[in-house]
Amino acid sequence: MDNQAPPFFKHGPSPLTRFMFFAFLSLMLMALDARLNALNSLRQMLSVVVAPLQRLANYPAELLDRTGSFFVTQGRLQSENAALRQRQLVQAVQLQSMQATQGENAYLRKILDIHQRRGESMVATEIVYTGRDPFSHKIIVDKGSNQKIQAGQPALDDIGVVGQVTRVYPFNSEITLLTDKDQAIPVEIVRNGTRAIAFGHGQDGALELPFMAANADIQNGDTLVTSGIDGIYPAGLPVAIVSKIERNAAFAKITCTPSAGINRHKQLLILIGEARPVQPPMPADPASAKTSDGKASVVKKQGN
Amino acid sequence: MHLAGSPELLKPASRKFILLTLACGLLLNLLPWYGLALLFRPDFVALILLFWAIREPRKLGFTAAWVVGLLMDISDGAILGQHALAYVLGVYAAILLHRRIQRFTLWQQATHVLLLLLLLQATMMLIRMFGGAVSPGPGYFLSCLTGTVLWPAISQLLLLPQRGRPDADPVYSAGHK
Repeated sequence: MDNQAPPFFKHGPSPLTRFMFFAFLSLMLMALDARLNALNSLRQMLSVVVAPLQRLANYPAELLDRTGSFFVTQGRLQSENAALRQRQLVQAVQLQSMQATQGENAYLRKILDIHQRRGESMVATEIVYTGRDPFSHKIIVDKGSNQKIQAGQPALDDIGVVGQVTRVYPFNSEITLLTDKDQAIPVEIVRNGTRAIAFGHGQDGALELPFMAANADIQNGDTLVTSGIDGIYPAGLPVAIVSKIERNAAFAKITCTPSAGINRHKQLLILIGEARPVQPPMPADPASAKTSDGKASVVKKQGN
Repeated sequence: MHLAGSPELLKPASRKFILLTLACGLLLNLLPWYGLALLFRPDFVALILLFWAIREPRKLGFTAAWVVGLLMDISDGAILGQHALAYVLGVYAAILLHRRIQRFTLWQQATHVLLLLLLLQATMMLIRMFGGAVSPGPGYFLSCLTGTVLWPAISQLLLLPQRGRPDADPVYSAGHK
Protein backbone atom coordinates (compact mmCIF):
# COMPACT_ATOMS: atom_id res chain seq x y z
CA MET A 1 0.00 0.00 0.00
CA ASP A 2 1.60 3.23 -1.06
CA ASN A 3 -0.92 5.56 0.46
CA GLN A 4 1.60 6.66 3.09
CA ALA A 5 2.06 10.40 2.65
CA PRO A 6 5.56 11.80 2.32
CA PRO A 7 6.60 13.06 5.72
CA PHE A 8 6.86 16.68 4.63
CA PHE A 9 3.10 16.91 4.03
CA LYS A 10 1.08 17.33 7.14
CA HIS A 11 -2.02 15.11 6.99
CA GLY A 12 -2.68 14.41 10.61
CA PRO A 13 -3.03 10.84 11.87
CA SER A 14 -3.02 8.01 9.34
CA PRO A 15 -6.31 6.44 8.18
CA LEU A 16 -5.59 3.36 10.25
CA THR A 17 -5.19 5.41 13.41
CA ARG A 18 -8.40 7.29 12.70
CA PHE A 19 -10.25 4.10 11.93
CA MET A 20 -9.08 2.50 15.17
CA PHE A 21 -10.13 5.57 17.11
CA PHE A 22 -13.65 5.67 15.71
CA ALA A 23 -14.09 1.91 15.83
CA PHE A 24 -13.15 1.99 19.50
CA LEU A 25 -15.57 4.86 20.07
CA SER A 26 -18.40 2.93 18.35
CA LEU A 27 -17.70 -0.22 20.36
CA MET A 28 -17.77 1.79 23.58
CA LEU A 29 -21.08 3.35 22.55
CA MET A 30 -22.58 -0.03 21.73
CA ALA A 31 -21.53 -1.48 25.06
CA LEU A 32 -22.83 1.54 26.96
CA ASP A 33 -26.08 1.55 25.02
CA ALA A 34 -26.90 -2.14 24.96
CA ARG A 35 -25.65 -3.22 28.36
CA LEU A 36 -25.91 -0.17 30.58
CA ASN A 37 -28.61 1.96 28.90
CA ALA A 38 -26.49 4.96 29.78
CA LEU A 39 -26.96 7.00 26.64
CA ASN A 40 -30.49 8.26 26.89
CA SER A 41 -29.52 11.91 26.92
CA LEU A 42 -27.30 11.47 23.84
CA ARG A 43 -30.20 9.75 22.07
CA GLN A 44 -32.52 12.59 23.01
CA MET A 45 -30.06 15.15 21.66
CA LEU A 46 -29.48 13.38 18.36
CA SER A 47 -33.19 12.72 17.93
CA VAL A 48 -33.79 16.47 17.90
CA VAL A 49 -31.55 16.58 14.81
CA VAL A 50 -33.16 13.56 13.14
CA ALA A 51 -36.82 14.37 13.85
CA PRO A 52 -37.10 17.33 11.44
CA LEU A 53 -35.33 15.30 8.75
CA GLN A 54 -37.85 12.50 9.23
CA ARG A 55 -40.71 14.98 8.93
CA LEU A 56 -39.18 16.42 5.79
CA ALA A 57 -38.65 13.00 4.22
CA ASN A 58 -42.21 12.09 5.03
CA TYR A 59 -43.61 15.24 3.50
CA PRO A 60 -43.73 14.21 -0.22
CA ALA A 61 -45.59 11.00 0.57
CA GLU A 62 -48.00 12.90 2.76
CA LEU A 63 -48.60 15.44 0.00
CA LEU A 64 -49.24 12.65 -2.49
CA ASP A 65 -51.62 11.07 -0.03
CA ARG A 66 -53.49 14.32 0.41
CA THR A 67 -53.77 15.13 -3.28
CA GLY A 68 -54.82 11.53 -3.89
CA SER A 69 -57.59 11.79 -1.35
CA PHE A 70 -58.70 15.09 -2.89
CA PHE A 71 -59.64 13.39 -6.13
CA VAL A 72 -62.08 10.80 -4.82
CA THR A 73 -65.24 10.12 -6.73
CA GLN A 74 -68.46 11.19 -5.17
CA GLY A 75 -69.91 7.72 -5.54
CA ARG A 76 -67.18 6.24 -3.43
CA LEU A 77 -67.64 8.90 -0.82
CA GLN A 78 -71.35 8.25 -0.71
CA SER A 79 -71.04 4.52 -0.34
CA GLU A 80 -68.35 4.97 2.29
CA ASN A 81 -70.55 7.47 4.08
CA ALA A 82 -73.46 5.05 4.08
CA ALA A 83 -71.29 2.25 5.42
CA LEU A 84 -69.91 4.49 8.13
CA ARG A 85 -73.38 5.63 9.10
CA GLN A 86 -74.48 2.05 9.47
CA ARG A 87 -71.46 1.20 11.55
CA GLN A 88 -71.98 4.24 13.68
CA LEU A 89 -75.54 3.17 14.39
CA VAL A 90 -74.41 -0.28 15.46
CA GLN A 91 -71.69 1.19 17.61
CA ALA A 92 -74.05 3.73 19.17
CA VAL A 93 -76.23 0.89 20.34
CA GLN A 94 -73.21 -0.95 21.66
CA LEU A 95 -72.02 2.22 23.34
CA GLN A 96 -75.33 2.63 25.10
CA SER A 97 -75.21 -0.83 26.54
CA MET A 98 -71.57 -0.24 27.44
CA GLN A 99 -72.41 2.95 29.29
CA ALA A 100 -74.98 1.07 31.29
CA THR A 101 -72.45 -1.68 32.00
CA GLN A 102 -69.84 0.85 32.98
CA GLY A 103 -72.17 2.54 35.38
CA GLU A 104 -73.11 -0.78 36.88
CA ASN A 105 -69.47 -1.79 37.08
CA ALA A 106 -68.52 1.45 38.83
CA TYR A 107 -71.31 0.92 41.31
CA LEU A 108 -70.29 -2.67 42.01
CA ARG A 109 -66.67 -1.69 42.42
CA LYS A 110 -67.70 1.02 44.83
CA ILE A 111 -69.65 -1.48 46.85
CA LEU A 112 -66.65 -3.78 46.95
CA ASP A 113 -64.37 -0.81 47.73
CA ILE A 114 -61.92 -1.81 45.05
CA HIS A 115 -59.68 0.85 43.63
CA GLN A 116 -61.48 2.48 40.75
CA ARG A 117 -59.74 2.12 37.48
CA ARG A 118 -58.56 5.45 36.23
CA GLY A 119 -60.18 6.78 33.11
CA GLU A 120 -57.94 6.02 30.20
CA SER A 121 -57.08 9.05 28.17
CA MET A 122 -55.61 8.54 24.74
CA VAL A 123 -53.42 10.45 22.38
CA ALA A 124 -53.91 9.94 18.66
CA THR A 125 -50.60 9.77 16.83
CA GLU A 126 -49.51 9.31 13.27
CA ILE A 127 -46.73 7.02 12.12
CA VAL A 128 -43.89 9.03 10.63
CA TYR A 129 -41.38 6.32 9.98
CA THR A 130 -41.51 2.57 9.90
CA GLY A 131 -38.05 1.49 10.97
CA ARG A 132 -36.23 -0.18 8.11
CA ASP A 133 -34.16 -2.22 10.52
CA PRO A 134 -34.92 -5.83 9.55
CA PHE A 135 -33.87 -7.06 12.98
CA SER A 136 -36.48 -5.25 15.00
CA HIS A 137 -40.09 -4.28 14.53
CA LYS A 138 -40.34 -0.68 15.52
CA ILE A 139 -42.16 2.38 14.32
CA ILE A 140 -41.73 6.04 15.07
CA VAL A 141 -44.80 8.19 15.74
CA ASP A 142 -45.13 11.95 15.69
CA LYS A 143 -45.79 12.71 19.34
CA GLY A 144 -43.35 12.50 22.20
CA SER A 145 -42.76 13.67 25.72
CA ASN A 146 -44.36 16.99 24.77
CA GLN A 147 -47.71 15.13 24.75
CA LYS A 148 -47.19 13.32 28.07
CA ILE A 149 -46.19 10.09 26.36
CA GLN A 150 -43.98 7.91 28.52
CA ALA A 151 -42.08 4.73 27.92
CA GLY A 152 -44.20 1.70 28.75
CA GLN A 153 -47.55 2.99 27.54
CA PRO A 154 -49.56 0.69 25.27
CA ALA A 155 -50.30 1.59 21.66
CA LEU A 156 -53.56 0.48 20.04
CA ASP A 157 -55.45 0.76 16.82
CA ASP A 158 -59.15 0.36 16.23
CA ILE A 159 -58.97 -3.43 16.54
CA GLY A 160 -56.51 -4.17 19.29
CA VAL A 161 -53.06 -3.86 20.78
CA VAL A 162 -50.28 -2.90 18.39
CA GLY A 163 -47.34 -2.55 20.73
CA GLN A 164 -45.75 -0.56 23.46
CA VAL A 165 -43.88 2.74 23.65
CA THR A 166 -40.26 1.88 24.32
CA ARG A 167 -38.39 5.14 23.88
CA VAL A 168 -39.62 8.68 24.13
CA TYR A 169 -37.95 11.64 22.51
CA PRO A 170 -39.07 15.26 22.80
CA PHE A 171 -41.15 15.23 19.60
CA ASN A 172 -41.24 11.57 18.59
CA SER A 173 -41.60 8.28 20.27
CA GLU A 174 -40.64 4.79 19.32
CA ILE A 175 -43.17 1.98 19.50
CA THR A 176 -42.03 -1.61 19.60
CA LEU A 177 -44.57 -3.80 17.84
CA LEU A 178 -45.89 -6.98 19.44
CA THR A 179 -44.14 -8.94 16.71
CA ASP A 180 -40.68 -7.76 17.83
CA LYS A 181 -38.52 -10.54 19.17
CA ASP A 182 -38.09 -9.09 22.65
CA GLN A 183 -41.69 -7.99 23.15
CA ALA A 184 -43.98 -9.85 25.53
CA ILE A 185 -47.60 -9.29 26.49
CA PRO A 186 -49.70 -11.07 29.11
CA VAL A 187 -52.83 -12.52 27.54
CA GLU A 188 -55.73 -14.76 28.36
CA ILE A 189 -57.87 -16.97 26.18
CA VAL A 190 -61.37 -15.55 25.93
CA ARG A 191 -63.01 -18.98 25.72
CA ASN A 192 -61.75 -20.35 29.04
CA GLY A 193 -59.69 -17.64 30.74
CA THR A 194 -56.38 -19.51 30.58
CA ARG A 195 -53.57 -17.06 31.15
CA ALA A 196 -50.36 -17.01 29.14
CA ILE A 197 -47.69 -14.69 27.88
CA ALA A 198 -47.38 -14.03 24.17
CA PHE A 199 -43.96 -13.29 22.74
CA GLY A 200 -43.08 -11.71 19.43
CA HIS A 201 -41.73 -14.14 16.89
CA GLY A 202 -39.31 -11.64 15.41
CA GLN A 203 -39.52 -12.79 11.83
CA ASP A 204 -42.79 -13.28 10.06
CA GLY A 205 -45.20 -11.03 11.87
CA ALA A 206 -46.47 -13.71 14.24
CA LEU A 207 -46.73 -14.19 17.98
CA GLU A 208 -45.86 -17.28 20.00
CA LEU A 209 -47.24 -18.73 23.20
CA PRO A 210 -44.34 -20.61 24.75
CA PHE A 211 -44.50 -22.62 27.98
CA MET A 212 -47.99 -23.98 27.38
CA ALA A 213 -48.30 -27.66 28.16
CA ALA A 214 -48.93 -29.93 25.17
CA ASN A 215 -52.35 -30.84 26.52
CA ALA A 216 -53.37 -27.26 27.32
CA ASP A 217 -56.94 -26.41 26.42
CA ILE A 218 -56.35 -24.24 23.41
CA GLN A 219 -57.76 -24.48 19.89
CA ASN A 220 -57.19 -22.98 16.52
CA GLY A 221 -59.14 -19.75 16.22
CA ASP A 222 -59.12 -18.97 19.94
CA THR A 223 -59.05 -15.25 20.62
CA LEU A 224 -56.41 -13.89 22.96
CA VAL A 225 -57.07 -10.69 24.86
CA THR A 226 -54.93 -8.80 27.35
CA SER A 227 -55.35 -10.15 30.85
CA GLY A 228 -54.60 -6.85 32.53
CA ILE A 229 -52.65 -8.41 35.41
CA ASP A 230 -49.46 -6.60 34.45
CA GLY A 231 -50.94 -3.18 35.13
CA ILE A 232 -49.64 -1.87 31.80
CA TYR A 233 -52.19 -3.05 29.29
CA PRO A 234 -55.81 -2.58 30.31
CA ALA A 235 -57.71 -5.88 30.40
CA GLY A 236 -59.79 -7.18 27.53
CA LEU A 237 -58.09 -5.68 24.48
CA PRO A 238 -57.84 -8.09 21.52
CA VAL A 239 -54.26 -9.21 20.92
CA ALA A 240 -54.15 -12.18 18.59
CA ILE A 241 -55.91 -15.22 17.20
CA VAL A 242 -54.41 -18.68 17.51
CA SER A 243 -53.49 -19.86 14.04
CA LYS A 244 -51.39 -22.99 14.45
CA ILE A 245 -50.79 -25.53 17.21
CA GLU A 246 -48.20 -28.33 17.19
CA ARG A 247 -48.45 -30.67 20.15
CA ASN A 248 -45.57 -33.05 19.65
CA ALA A 249 -43.25 -32.02 22.48
CA ALA A 250 -43.64 -31.41 26.21
CA PHE A 251 -44.61 -27.84 25.37
CA ALA A 252 -46.98 -27.09 22.55
CA LYS A 253 -45.72 -24.82 19.80
CA ILE A 254 -48.47 -22.26 19.41
CA THR A 255 -48.38 -19.58 16.75
CA CYS A 256 -50.82 -16.70 16.68
CA THR A 257 -51.66 -13.94 14.23
CA PRO A 258 -51.95 -10.47 15.70
CA SER A 259 -55.49 -9.07 15.54
CA ALA A 260 -54.53 -5.43 15.13
CA GLY A 261 -53.39 -4.25 11.74
CA ILE A 262 -49.79 -4.06 12.82
CA ASN A 263 -48.51 -3.08 9.41
CA ARG A 264 -51.62 -1.50 7.98
CA HIS A 265 -52.50 1.73 9.68
CA LYS A 266 -51.20 5.22 9.64
CA GLN A 267 -52.83 6.33 12.90
CA LEU A 268 -52.36 4.82 16.33
CA LEU A 269 -53.73 5.56 19.77
CA ILE A 270 -51.47 5.67 22.78
CA LEU A 271 -53.10 5.15 26.16
CA ILE A 272 -51.58 7.69 28.50
CA GLY A 273 -53.73 6.88 31.51
CA GLU A 274 -52.28 3.55 32.53
CA ALA A 275 -48.56 3.86 32.14
CA ARG A 276 -47.71 2.69 35.65
CA PRO A 277 -48.81 -0.45 37.39
CA VAL A 278 -51.90 0.45 39.34
CA GLN A 279 -50.91 1.04 42.95
CA PRO A 280 -53.21 -0.04 45.72
CA PRO A 281 -54.87 3.09 47.15
CA MET A 282 -52.97 4.63 50.01
CA PRO A 283 -55.27 5.30 52.95
CA ALA A 284 -55.28 8.96 54.00
CA ASP A 285 -55.65 8.28 57.70
CA PRO A 286 -55.44 5.13 59.80
CA ALA A 287 -59.14 5.15 60.68
CA SER A 288 -60.27 4.84 57.07
CA ALA A 289 -57.52 2.31 56.45
CA LYS A 290 -58.98 0.11 59.12
CA THR A 291 -62.45 0.29 57.67
CA SER A 292 -61.25 -0.48 54.19
CA ASP A 293 -59.17 -3.38 55.48
CA GLY A 294 -62.15 -4.59 57.38
CA LYS A 295 -64.35 -4.46 54.34
CA ALA A 296 -61.76 -6.18 52.20
CA SER A 297 -61.47 -9.02 54.65
CA VAL A 298 -65.22 -9.31 54.81
CA VAL A 299 -65.34 -9.63 51.06
CA LYS A 300 -62.64 -12.28 51.17
CA LYS A 301 -64.52 -14.27 53.76
CA GLN A 302 -67.61 -14.11 51.70
CA GLY A 303 -65.62 -15.31 48.76
CA ASN A 304 -64.34 -18.26 50.74
CA MET B 1 -16.35 9.99 -21.10
CA HIS B 2 -14.47 8.60 -18.20
CA LEU B 3 -12.14 5.98 -19.63
CA ALA B 4 -10.11 3.42 -17.77
CA GLY B 5 -6.62 4.63 -17.01
CA SER B 6 -7.24 8.26 -17.89
CA PRO B 7 -9.07 9.95 -15.06
CA GLU B 8 -10.34 13.33 -16.17
CA LEU B 9 -9.25 16.39 -14.32
CA LEU B 10 -12.02 17.78 -12.17
CA LYS B 11 -12.43 20.70 -9.89
CA PRO B 12 -12.03 19.70 -6.24
CA ALA B 13 -15.27 19.22 -4.33
CA SER B 14 -15.84 21.55 -1.44
CA ARG B 15 -16.39 20.18 2.03
CA LYS B 16 -19.73 21.94 2.20
CA PHE B 17 -20.88 20.13 -0.92
CA ILE B 18 -19.79 16.79 0.53
CA LEU B 19 -21.76 17.42 3.71
CA LEU B 20 -24.77 18.54 1.69
CA THR B 21 -24.78 15.32 -0.34
CA LEU B 22 -24.54 13.32 2.88
CA ALA B 23 -27.57 15.15 4.24
CA CYS B 24 -29.44 14.36 1.01
CA GLY B 25 -28.47 10.70 1.36
CA LEU B 26 -29.84 10.70 4.89
CA LEU B 27 -33.10 12.19 3.63
CA LEU B 28 -33.36 9.53 0.93
CA ASN B 29 -32.81 6.84 3.56
CA LEU B 30 -35.52 8.34 5.73
CA LEU B 31 -38.17 8.38 3.00
CA PRO B 32 -41.12 6.24 3.99
CA TRP B 33 -40.00 3.04 2.24
CA TYR B 34 -42.48 0.23 2.38
CA GLY B 35 -42.63 -3.51 1.80
CA LEU B 36 -40.80 -4.68 -1.29
CA ALA B 37 -39.27 -1.27 -1.95
CA LEU B 38 -37.86 -1.39 1.56
CA LEU B 39 -36.27 -4.75 0.83
CA PHE B 40 -34.52 -3.38 -2.24
CA ARG B 41 -33.78 0.06 -0.87
CA PRO B 42 -30.09 0.82 -1.26
CA ASP B 43 -28.32 2.46 1.64
CA PHE B 44 -27.85 5.89 0.02
CA VAL B 45 -25.76 7.20 2.88
CA ALA B 46 -23.32 4.31 2.54
CA LEU B 47 -23.10 4.80 -1.23
CA ILE B 48 -22.38 8.51 -0.91
CA LEU B 49 -19.85 7.94 1.85
CA LEU B 50 -18.03 5.34 -0.26
CA PHE B 51 -18.11 7.66 -3.26
CA TRP B 52 -16.43 10.51 -1.41
CA ALA B 53 -13.99 8.18 0.34
CA ILE B 54 -12.86 6.95 -3.09
CA ARG B 55 -13.00 10.32 -4.84
CA GLU B 56 -11.76 12.69 -2.13
CA PRO B 57 -10.19 10.56 0.59
CA ARG B 58 -8.56 13.58 2.23
CA LYS B 59 -11.75 15.60 2.42
CA LEU B 60 -14.26 13.11 3.74
CA GLY B 61 -13.50 12.86 7.42
CA PHE B 62 -14.08 9.78 9.51
CA THR B 63 -15.92 12.13 11.85
CA ALA B 64 -18.58 12.84 9.23
CA ALA B 65 -19.05 9.12 8.52
CA TRP B 66 -19.32 8.38 12.21
CA VAL B 67 -21.81 11.14 12.97
CA VAL B 68 -24.01 10.23 10.00
CA GLY B 69 -23.89 6.62 11.22
CA LEU B 70 -25.08 7.71 14.64
CA LEU B 71 -27.97 9.63 13.06
CA MET B 72 -28.96 6.50 11.13
CA ASP B 73 -28.84 4.50 14.36
CA ILE B 74 -31.17 6.97 16.04
CA SER B 75 -33.64 6.97 13.18
CA ASP B 76 -33.69 3.18 13.04
CA GLY B 77 -33.90 2.77 16.78
CA ALA B 78 -30.90 0.47 16.51
CA ILE B 79 -28.06 0.01 18.98
CA LEU B 80 -26.13 3.27 19.10
CA GLY B 81 -22.94 2.68 17.12
CA GLN B 82 -24.10 -0.05 14.74
CA HIS B 83 -24.24 2.03 11.57
CA ALA B 84 -21.45 4.25 12.85
CA LEU B 85 -19.00 1.34 13.12
CA ALA B 86 -20.04 -0.14 9.78
CA TYR B 87 -19.71 3.19 7.96
CA VAL B 88 -16.32 3.95 9.51
CA LEU B 89 -15.11 0.49 8.50
CA GLY B 90 -16.42 0.94 4.95
CA VAL B 91 -14.80 4.36 4.61
CA TYR B 92 -11.52 2.96 5.85
CA ALA B 93 -11.59 0.11 3.34
CA ALA B 94 -12.53 2.54 0.56
CA ILE B 95 -9.66 4.87 1.47
CA LEU B 96 -7.23 1.95 1.40
CA LEU B 97 -8.47 0.96 -2.08
CA HIS B 98 -9.17 4.38 -3.56
CA ARG B 99 -6.13 4.57 -5.85
CA ARG B 100 -6.95 1.17 -7.30
CA ILE B 101 -10.69 1.77 -7.70
CA GLN B 102 -10.26 5.16 -9.38
CA ARG B 103 -8.43 3.54 -12.31
CA PHE B 104 -11.46 1.48 -13.33
CA THR B 105 -14.53 2.35 -15.38
CA LEU B 106 -17.71 3.03 -13.49
CA TRP B 107 -19.12 -0.49 -13.93
CA GLN B 108 -15.85 -2.06 -12.86
CA GLN B 109 -15.85 0.28 -9.88
CA ALA B 110 -19.34 -0.96 -9.09
CA THR B 111 -18.05 -4.49 -8.51
CA HIS B 112 -15.63 -3.16 -5.92
CA VAL B 113 -18.45 -1.19 -4.36
CA LEU B 114 -20.55 -4.35 -4.18
CA LEU B 115 -17.89 -5.96 -2.02
CA LEU B 116 -17.62 -2.89 0.17
CA LEU B 117 -21.41 -2.74 0.61
CA LEU B 118 -21.50 -6.44 1.48
CA LEU B 119 -18.80 -5.76 4.08
CA LEU B 120 -20.95 -3.00 5.56
CA GLN B 121 -24.09 -5.12 5.71
CA ALA B 122 -22.23 -8.11 7.14
CA THR B 123 -20.74 -5.90 9.86
CA MET B 124 -24.17 -4.65 10.85
CA MET B 125 -25.60 -8.15 10.80
CA LEU B 126 -22.79 -9.44 13.02
CA ILE B 127 -23.31 -6.60 15.48
CA ARG B 128 -27.01 -7.33 15.70
CA MET B 129 -26.53 -11.06 16.02
CA PHE B 130 -24.04 -10.54 18.85
CA GLY B 131 -26.84 -8.57 20.46
CA GLY B 132 -29.10 -11.62 20.27
CA ALA B 133 -31.16 -10.82 17.16
CA VAL B 134 -32.32 -13.53 14.80
CA SER B 135 -30.83 -13.61 11.32
CA PRO B 136 -33.03 -11.76 8.82
CA GLY B 137 -32.22 -14.15 5.97
CA PRO B 138 -30.46 -13.59 2.65
CA GLY B 139 -32.94 -10.89 1.63
CA TYR B 140 -31.00 -8.61 3.92
CA PHE B 141 -28.22 -8.38 1.34
CA LEU B 142 -30.49 -7.45 -1.60
CA SER B 143 -29.98 -3.76 -0.91
CA CYS B 144 -26.27 -4.21 -1.74
CA LEU B 145 -27.21 -5.29 -5.27
CA THR B 146 -29.43 -2.25 -5.85
CA GLY B 147 -26.65 -0.07 -4.48
CA THR B 148 -24.20 -1.59 -6.95
CA VAL B 149 -26.56 -0.97 -9.87
CA LEU B 150 -27.05 2.61 -8.78
CA TRP B 151 -23.32 3.29 -8.39
CA PRO B 152 -22.61 4.61 -11.93
CA ALA B 153 -25.62 6.92 -11.81
CA ILE B 154 -24.76 8.26 -8.39
CA SER B 155 -21.13 8.79 -9.38
CA GLN B 156 -22.11 10.75 -12.47
CA LEU B 157 -24.58 12.80 -10.48
CA LEU B 158 -22.15 13.67 -7.71
CA LEU B 159 -19.43 14.57 -10.21
CA LEU B 160 -21.63 17.00 -12.16
CA PRO B 161 -20.85 20.09 -10.07
CA GLN B 162 -17.10 19.45 -10.29
CA ARG B 163 -17.15 19.13 -14.04
CA GLY B 164 -16.50 22.39 -15.87
CA ARG B 165 -18.03 23.13 -19.25
CA PRO B 166 -16.62 20.72 -21.82
CA ASP B 167 -13.67 22.20 -23.72
CA ALA B 168 -13.90 25.47 -21.90
CA ASP B 169 -10.18 25.92 -22.34
CA PRO B 170 -8.87 24.71 -25.73
CA VAL B 171 -5.23 24.82 -24.56
CA TYR B 172 -5.98 22.63 -21.57
CA SER B 173 -7.99 20.10 -23.55
CA ALA B 174 -5.36 19.95 -26.30
CA GLY B 175 -2.66 19.41 -23.68
CA HIS B 176 -4.74 16.80 -21.97
CA LYS B 177 -5.09 14.77 -25.14
